[in-house]
Amino acid sequence: MARVEAAARRPLPRTLGSELLENRHVLGGLSVSPALLLLGVFLAYPFFLGAWLSLTDARIAHPGRFVGVENFAYLWGDQVFRLATFNTALYAGVAVVLKLVLGFSLALLVNREFRGKRFVRAAMLLPWIVPTSLSALVFYWIYDSQWSVITWMLRRVGLVEGFINYLGDPNLARASLIAANVWRGIPFFAIGLLAGLQTVSPTLYEAAEIDGAGAWQKFWAVTWPLLLPLTVVVTVFSTIMTVGDFQLVWIVTRGGPANATHLFGTLAYQRAIQGGYIGEGAAIAGFMLPVLIVCVLLAFHYLRRD
Amino acid sequence: MSSEGGHGGGSRRISRRRFLEAGAAGLAGLALTKVGLDRTLREAAAQDVSFPIERGASLRVLRWSQFVTTDRPTFEQNAAAFTRRTGVPVTVEYETWTDVQPKAAAAASVGAGPDIVIGWFDEPHLWPDKLVPLTDLAEYLGGKYGGWFDAPRQYGFSAARRAWIGLPIGAPGLAINYRESMVRAAGFDPDPAKFPKTTDEFLRLCRALRARGNPTGFALGKAVGDANTWTHWLLWAFGGQAVAPDNRTITINSPETVNALEYGRQLYETMIPGVAGWLDPHNNRAFLAGEISLTNNGISIYFVARNEFPEVARDMNHAHIPVGPVGRPTELHLFSQAYIFAYTRYPNAAKEFLRWIMEDVQYSRWVNAMLGYVSHPLRHYSGLAVWRTDPKATPFRDAVARMLPHSHAGTPGPHSARAMAEFVIVDMFAEALTGRRSVRDAIRAAEERLARIYRA
Repeated sequence: MARVEAAARRPLPRTLGSELLENRHVLGGLSVSPALLLLGVFLAYPFFLGAWLSLTDARIAHPGRFVGVENFAYLWGDQVFRLATFNTALYAGVAVVLKLVLGFSLALLVNREFRGKRFVRAAMLLPWIVPTSLSALVFYWIYDSQWSVITWMLRRVGLVEGFINYLGDPNLARASLIAANVWRGIPFFAIGLLAGLQTVSPTLYEAAEIDGAGAWQKFWAVTWPLLLPLTVVVTVFSTIMTVGDFQLVWIVTRGGPANATHLFGTLAYQRAIQGGYIGEGAAIAGFMLPVLIVCVLLAFHYLRRD
Repeated sequence: MSSEGGHGGGSRRISRRRFLEAGAAGLAGLALTKVGLDRTLREAAAQDVSFPIERGASLRVLRWSQFVTTDRPTFEQNAAAFTRRTGVPVTVEYETWTDVQPKAAAAASVGAGPDIVIGWFDEPHLWPDKLVPLTDLAEYLGGKYGGWFDAPRQYGFSAARRAWIGLPIGAPGLAINYRESMVRAAGFDPDPAKFPKTTDEFLRLCRALRARGNPTGFALGKAVGDANTWTHWLLWAFGGQAVAPDNRTITINSPETVNALEYGRQLYETMIPGVAGWLDPHNNRAFLAGEISLTNNGISIYFVARNEFPEVARDMNHAHIPVGPVGRPTELHLFSQAYIFAYTRYPNAAKEFLRWIMEDVQYSRWVNAMLGYVSHPLRHYSGLAVWRTDPKATPFRDAVARMLPHSHAGTPGPHSARAMAEFVIVDMFAEALTGRRSVRDAIRAAEERLARIYRA
């Protein structure tokens, strides 16, 4: 017995490692280090490399030298870049607003009780889960000047004679791409906002009804204020994705006709990879940064408030 | 002529020194014998050339995906024959033709990837110092097969390195594809020999076709192949050019360019609506569907028609692209050339592979199987069977002989690559022809863009 007590009192051997691990600052640092390593390698390094390249005259296979803001100054005077800036603003602005309005409407619609609700909610996701390149190819055919199914239907019912020049006319091409992006992006809003709608307590609507509120007043007084933080976050994420869109435009128009549908992403690819001017391409991508930073700050603000 | 036979069984390899010795013997013969005998001697000596292959060599080849279904099997048959003969395994990787450059660019940047790239246009000039010089191989092939045409020489040779850095493979050449019945109905003779040879006659034909309800169709969207080729042709046909031979002076703003665009506007009136948004596949589809009577394209339409639309194949034909006021052919074609990255561990094996595929037996087999989809860069191959057996393929025979490099009047390099990648000439035509800009404004816009590109 006495021997047992003596053994229990004997202090455990302490190594430097175990002592360090007992320090909560060290243990905390070690615990987050894998995540930091991943973020550093896959996010921070490419980001800072891109930022550095935008300040150089790097070409493919040539590292280049530091040129300050020369690329940015050059682009500022470039007519094609200015057009791409306009296109990106128009594309993102119109598409995001339409996706918000239509996505919100769809969320409200499927938030009701009806037969086949689950099936409809699952089907709603289809445009979102189909690979972008695949849906872009479908739109490539839908907008074909000679083979368009839309034109075919309109001709069959006698509304149109001849062809519709979807991708040959600058404004029609922009509208066609926005429509395709909206079709694809609606489910993102609808599902996100539907999840939010499901968290709104029915008692709030009941209370509003007792107070004599109609459908419109219930929306403005209950639904909208409660969903506003989530709506802002979803809108911000959608804006980020829309501003950085590439696949849809590249497959359907490649930025044509005459650069009328070039976005930052497609122009950056054309200049950096096809043209070989990596530094300039990185600078084009860099012009997206202010927009994206504002979006991220907004998202942080509302996420924290939420 | 059979290089395969020349090497068959003996596996006799002769080093570069022996090749030079053979060349020297040929030169001595030039002084002593008449030209014909010298050529025979030189060819006989040259046939024995091969590059000493490194021990344990293997090769990765990156090339463009096939446009015609007989391309890949034949190319791989040639590669397999190379492996049987040399013991060097060859892996061939395929990419969509517009994706070859991005992949090659990545390889050039990181210094790892395929040993050989069979790419496009002036790719080698984007990274000239990353490549294995190919002067010995190019001179050998040129000497053996009647010499290179002018455009391949410009594409393959780097003035900066004073060496060949690309090995021209050939041009998926373009010709005017037309429906004979529609041309006949428009009052013109559909015989290719009597097809309009000048831009004026050509415009008259196009107008007559349009008047009969059979519009023409030329891509004006971001069609890398179809739009770049016909707009450059038209610009040069009237004497316009983007840049002077010094590669610095922008010369696009000229009366010749105005004339080209004015002509283009008249030609545009004969086109089907929607061409401003056309990418490369559009004109193929429209032609096969009978929506257009005439377009510019490679032999791929005819190839598909022969297999799937025999009635279209019977009714279609090809003709040379017309000559403009400058009085000589000014065609631009897609142009493919191979290059070897310097990071390869097996430069000799890579050169030997390129030599192998360009030798008579292999090259003839490949081009004949493709029904002439690739037009040869070496004069000797004008006698290939495909150019004789099917008269409808014959106009493609002369594609490389009639072409100018896209950098004209400058030389291929990073600036010309960028100008084409950015569709500067296509955009100028698209804006002027569709009326979005006046002819003058379209030219000024192109001039500004070119000035920035060539100054950068």
